[in-house]
Amino acid sequence: MYSHLEQRLLNEWQREFPLEPKPYALMAEKLGMSESDVIGMLNELKEQGAISRIGAVVKPGSIGASTLAAMAVPQQQLEKVADRISAYPEVNHNYERDHRFNLWFVVTAPDEDALTRVLDTIEHECELPVMSLPMIDSYHIDLGFDLRFSSPVLEVQA
Amino acid sequence: MKPVQIENEDRRLLLQLEPGLPLVPRPYAEVGAALGMTEDEVLSRLGRLIASGVIRRFGVVVRHHEVGYKANAMVVWDVPDDRLATAASHLSAKPCVTLCYQRPRRLPEWPYNLFSMIHGTSEATVRQQIAALGEESPLVEIDHDVLFSRRRFKQKGAHYGPCRPSLVNREVA
Repeated sequence: MYSHLEQRLLNEWQREFPLEPKPYALMAEKLGMSESDVIGMLNELKEQGAISRIGAVVKPGSIGASTLAAMAVPQQQLEKVADRISAYPEVNHNYERDHRFNLWFVVTAPDEDALTRVLDTIEHECELPVMSLPMIDSYHIDLGFDLRFSSPVLEVQA
Repeated sequence: MKPVQIENEDRRLLLQLEPGLPLVPRPYAEVGAALGMTEDEVLSRLGRLIASGVIRRFGVVVRHHEVGYKANAMVVWDVPDDRLATAASHLSAKPCVTLCYQRPRRLPEWPYNLFSMIHGTSEATVRQQIAALGEESPLVEIDHDVLFSRRRFKQKGAHYGPCRPSLVNREVA
């Protein structure tokens, strides 16, 4: 489990990260620890994989084109096809899901043409059709996530 | 979604930030140095991008699985178009729903037009949450399907910049 300070680092700055020259110093002040300890703890959480990054979640379509793509892959080929798709730098999420469409991945590119080219290349390389489902509207985009460390739900989790 | 026009300098800044804000005492100065911008300019551009909604949130991006939310399901709904907005705002208000997007149907094989993502500590918890959602008035009798995630082959931040040609145009096997 995470220490109390780690939990606070994970939870309290998912939004409204300080736009100040020394953001980690401000966080340190709030947490009652030193700036270098905040930086060290964030580095550790990043290495452990708990934090993917500190950064911007951008409105889709504002700096490029993106889509959610799905494929129905014969089970015995799934791992091979998934590895090929993950190798594309344009692919950022790639998951197996329990459905006939069993491989789901997100593709981003500088513009629509480049996105189409990547999808075509994937189709060609994998010899399987890709179903592209670009976003039409977002009603609720990733606004961060209250991890509720204090709730009993997480405590029973191994 | 319609592409939004943003200034080239803002675009460069967002691309530079893709790997994440550096973990150094003056991170905005370091980001600026790579772009030939001052720390002040980086901060004011980020402030404007947040205010205008291009940046939907700026902060710590947590990987749910690693912090104990082991189960995630994509629940997809086939909502009649005239009820889409109602169903979507109902779903979006639920704490267990982390994303809610409209996407196109691809008939006949894909009839679903509303996508929601549900994270929970276990598959059982997530199933209970989905069952409860399906009984609520705007969603009752709406055909839906549940796609639990199994193996995660890749998860990282988006990369919108140009990729190395050797990777894009690599030989087709």
